Amino acid sequence: MYKIKKATQLTDNIFEYVVEAKRCAKSAKPGQFVIVRTGENSERIPLTISDYDPIAGTVTIVVQVIGASTYEMQSLKTGDYFHDFVGPLGKATDLMDEPVEELKKKKIVFVAGGLGTAPVYPQVKYLHSIGVDCDVIVGAKTKDLIIMEDEMKAVATNLYITTDDGSYGRSGMVTKVLEDLYAEGKTYDHCVTIGPMIMMKFVCLLTKKLGIHTVVSMNPLMVDGTGMCGACRLTVGGEVKFACVDGPEFDGHLVNFDEAMKRQALYKTKEGKAYLEAKEGDTHKGNCEQGGNN
Amino acid sequence: MDMMKKIPVREQDPKVRTTNFEEVCLGYNEEEAVLESTRCLNCKKPLCVEGCPVSINIPGFIAKVKEKDFKGAYDVISLSSSLPAVCGRVCPQERQCESKCIRGLKGEAISIGKLERFVADRAFEEGFKPTVNAAPNGKKVAVIGSGPSGLSCAGDLAKLGYDVTIFEALHEFGGVLVYGIPEFRLPKERVVKKEIENVKALGVKFENNVIIGKTVTLDELIEKEGFDAVFIGSGAGLPKFMGIPGENANGVFSANEYLTRSNLMKAFKEDSTTPIMVGKKTAVVGGGNVAMDAARTALRLGSDVHIIYRRSEAELPARAEEVHHAKEEGIIFDMLTNPVEILSDENGYVNGIRCIKMELGEPDASGRRSPVEIPGSEFVIDVDVVIMALGTSPNPLISSTTKGLETNKRKCIVAVEETGKTTKEGVYAGGDAVTGAATVILAMGAGRAGAKGIHEYLSNK
Ligand SMILES: Cc1cc2nc3c(=O)[nH]c(=O)nc-3n(C[C@H](O)[C@H](O)[C@H](O)COP(=O)(O)OP(=O)(O)OC[C@H]3O[C@@H](n4cnc5c(N)ncnc54)[C@H](O)[C@@H]3O)c2cc1C
Ligand SMILES: Cc1cc2nc3c(=O)[nH]c(=O)nc-3n(C[C@H](O)[C@H](O)[C@H](O)COP(=O)(O)OP(=O)(O)OC[C@H]3O[C@@H](n4cnc5c(N)ncnc54)[C@H](O)[C@@H]3O)c2cc1C
Ligand code: SF4
Ligand code: SF4
Ligand code: FES
Repeated sequence: MYKIKKATQLTDNIFEYVVEAKRCAKSAKPGQFVIVRTGENSERIPLTISDYDPIAGTVTIVVQVIGASTYEMQSLKTGDYFHDFVGPLGKATDLMDEPVEELKKKKIVFVAGGLGTAPVYPQVKYLHSIGVDCDVIVGAKTKDLIIMEDEMKAVATNLYITTDDGSYGRSGMVTKVLEDLYAEGKTYDHCVTIGPMIMMKFVCLLTKKLGIHTVVSMNPLMVDGTGMCGACRLTVGGEVKFACVDGPEFDGHLVNFDEAMKRQALYKTKEGKAYLEAKEGDTHKGNCEQGGNN
Repeated sequence: MDMMKKIPVREQDPKVRTTNFEEVCLGYNEEEAVLESTRCLNCKKPLCVEGCPVSINIPGFIAKVKEKDFKGAYDVISLSSSLPAVCGRVCPQERQCESKCIRGLKGEAISIGKLERFVADRAFEEGFKPTVNAAPNGKKVAVIGSGPSGLSCAGDLAKLGYDVTIFEALHEFGGVLVYGIPEFRLPKERVVKKEIENVKALGVKFENNVIIGKTVTLDELIEKEGFDAVFIGSGAGLPKFMGIPGENANGVFSANEYLTRSNLMKAFKEDSTTPIMVGKKTAVVGGGNVAMDAARTALRLGSDVHIIYRRSEAELPARAEEVHHAKEEGIIFDMLTNPVEILSDENGYVNGIRCIKMELGEPDASGRRSPVEIPGSEFVIDVDVVIMALGTSPNPLISSTTKGLETNKRKCIVAVEETGKTTKEGVYAGGDAVTGAATVILAMGAGRAGAKGIHEYLSNK
C-alpha cells in the first residue's frame, strides 16, 4: 500500500497526487513513468512521473480523468492509499545522458499539450537545475485546463501559454505558437513534445519542416510495463518497439503515429461505456467515445 | 478392475466446461487414489524415478498412499519437490515419469501425476506443513522473481535458517503460475495461493512491485541493502512475434498479453475493469502449452478457435492431456500451416490471416523433420483476433543493469547447472532465466539447486 501524502484537484478533471514510494523516488528520473492500481481489483494504469523527491521518498503523478480507472482514482484523498505503485519504468529522457556543456550549446524548446505539462515539468526542472536554458510552450483547450503554470514559470526560461479558444495567453494551437516564434526570429534545434498523440503528430510534422530534432513521449495501451506483453508496441523507423522498455521517448520523426493512434483506440467503445456506467450507474446504454489524452 | 488400465480421472464435461473457468480435471478421490496405487509394482529399480527431473521417490510415496498414510506420502514427496500440487497438475508426465513406468510396456503407466496431485491437495486440506527446524543464521538472501524457481529457492533457504526476501515485479506473486497458466488448469486461490502461503509460513518476506534493474539494481541489493547472496529466478517473459506484415493490427496479441489480461487481471470475470478482446473467430499461432492455454481461454470467452501450427500433430510440444482436452472442447487444429500475413480493415482491425500450407522435409538439428512451404498453397482464414504463441525469451532488464553477469547469445543467464552459480560472485540463477522457456518442474529443481549452491557459498564464506 502506498500512502498519498497530498491529493490536490488542479482542474475540473485533473488531479495531482504526491505518493510515498521510497524505492521508486530514489531511482526516478525525468522521462520515466510508474504503473498504479487504485484498489485490489483495479487496472494497471501507466502515469508519467511529474516530480520526485528522493529524500522525502515521494513521487508525484498528475492524472486526468478519462475512463473508468482514472475515474476511480479521483475519489482518493490525502491520507488514502494506492494499492499498487511500481516504477520507475521506461528509459530516462536522453537529455540526462548529455553533458551540460553540450546541452548549453543547444536551443531547446518543450511543447506540452494539456496534461502533457505534467510530464514535461521534471525535464524542464532538471535543465534549470544544471543551468541550461529552455523555452516552454504550453497549450490547452481553454483557460481552466492550464495546469502547473507557476511551477513551470519558475523553471522555464520563457513560458508561452496558449489556449485554443483564446481565453488565456496566446490564441490557437501549440503549433501556431511555434510558427509565430519562428516568424519572430527565434530558432530551436531540439524539441521535446508531450501531449495527446494527435498533437504530437502535428508538432512533428511542423518540426520536420523547420528542421528541429524532435523527441516525443508515447502513451500507448500497456499492461505490465516491463516488456512482457507487447501491448505497447509501436512502429518506429520501420522497426517494432515496445514503448515501456524501449521508450516511452522516441524520435518523433520516425514514429508511425497513424498506426499508434489506431492501436490506442482498441478498447475505446467498451471502456468508454464502463466509465459512464461508473459515473451514472447502469442507465447508460449507448456507445460513447472518450477523447484520448496523454 | 483392469490392472492394465489407469483408474480414470473425473473431469468436467466438455460441453459444460467450455462455458466456465473452473478446473477441468477434478482429480482422484481417496478411494480412486488408493485403487490406482495398488497398480504400482513397487519396482526394485524404479524406472519412473529416472524420468522425473527431481527424482521423487515415486514407489515410496505411492506405497504410503496404498497404506492410506497421506502425511507420510506428502513427506516423501516433499524431500524432492516443493510444489507437488502444481507439478502433479502441469508436468508433461507422458514424457517424464510416466513415460518410463514399467506398467506402460504392456498397459497404461501408473497415473503418477494424478496421485501426486491427490497427495498434495490432501496436504492442503489437512494443513500438513513442511517443517522448519533451523535457527536463524543471520544471513540475508534476496530472491528475484516469485515463480516456481524463486519460490522453491526461497523455501529451501528459509528452512536452513536464512533471512530471505522475494522481490517481485508484478503486483501478484507466483510468476507464470498466476499470469500464464489459466485457472481451469491451475486454480489460483485453491492451489497457487496456498503454495505461496506455505513459503510465507517459513518466514520468507515478500515484496511486490519491485523491478530489479529499475526500482533498485542487483548491485544495490548487495552493496547497500546488505544481502549476502542473490538468486535470480526472473523467468523468460519476453514474447516473440513473427515479423510478418500486419502484426501490429488491432486484434493481434501476444499470448502473454491475452493470458495476463485474463489470468492476472481477471478479465474473464464480469466485474473486472480490464478489457479483453473476444473475437468471433480467433487464430492462435503455435503448438505449445502456451498456445493451448490461449486457445482454450479464447474459447471460454466465447470465440471459435483455430490453432495454426507449422509442423504436424506428432510434433506438438504441448502436454498430451492439453491437446486432448482442447480437441474435446471443439478447438480446430490446422496443422502444417504457417501464417504469412495478417489482414485488416480500413480502421486497422484484423479481418483475416493469410496462411501457407507446409510439408515435412528433412530432419533438422533437433531431429524433427522441418516444415517447408508448399508453393502456391496460400489461403485465407477469416478471423478477427490473432494470438501469437511463439515462445518467449528472458528479459534483459537484470542482465543489462548488473555488473559482471554474463549471458549467452539467447540472452539467458550463464549458470552452473548443479549449483546455479553465475559469473558474478554471490549471485545464483535458475529456471527459465537460465534455460529459456522450459517447465515448472525444471524451474523448481533449479531453484532448489540454487539454494544448495548459495548455502555452500555462504557456509564457507
Ligand atoms: C507511458 C504513459 C504515460 C502516461 N502518463 C499519463 C499521465 O501522466 N497522466 C495521465 O492522466 N495519463 C497518462 N497516461 C495515460 C493514462 O494511462 C490513461 O489515461 C489511462 O490508462 C486511462 O485509463 P482509464 O481506465 O481511466 O480510461 P479507459 O477507460 O481505459 O480509456 C478511456 C479512453 O482513453 C483512451 N486511452 C486508454 N489508454 C490510454 C492511454 N494510455 N493514453 C491515452 N488514451 C488512452 C481509451 O482508448 C479510451 O478512449 C499515460 C500513458 C502512458 C502509456
Ligand atoms: C501459458 C503457459 C503455460 C505453461 N504450461 C506449462 C505446463 O503445463 N507445464 C509445465 O511444466 N510448464 C508450463 N509452462 C512453463 C512454466 O510455467 C515455466 O517454465 C516456469 O514457470 C518457469 O519458472 P521460473 O520461476 O523460472 O519463472 P517464472 O514463472 O516466469 O517467474 C518469474 C518471475 O520473476 C518476475 N520477474 C521478472 N523479472 C523481474 C525483475 N527484474 N524484478 C523482479 N521480478 C522479476 C516475473 O514477474 C515472474 O513473476 C507454461 C508457461 C506458460 C507461459
Ligand atoms: S514431479 Fe512431475 S515428473 Fe516428477 S513425479 Fe511428479 S509429475 Fe512426475
Ligand atoms: S515404474 Fe511404475 S510400477 Fe514401477 S515403481 Fe515406478 S510407478 Fe510403480
Ligand atoms: S506494457 Fe507490456 S510489453 Fe510494454
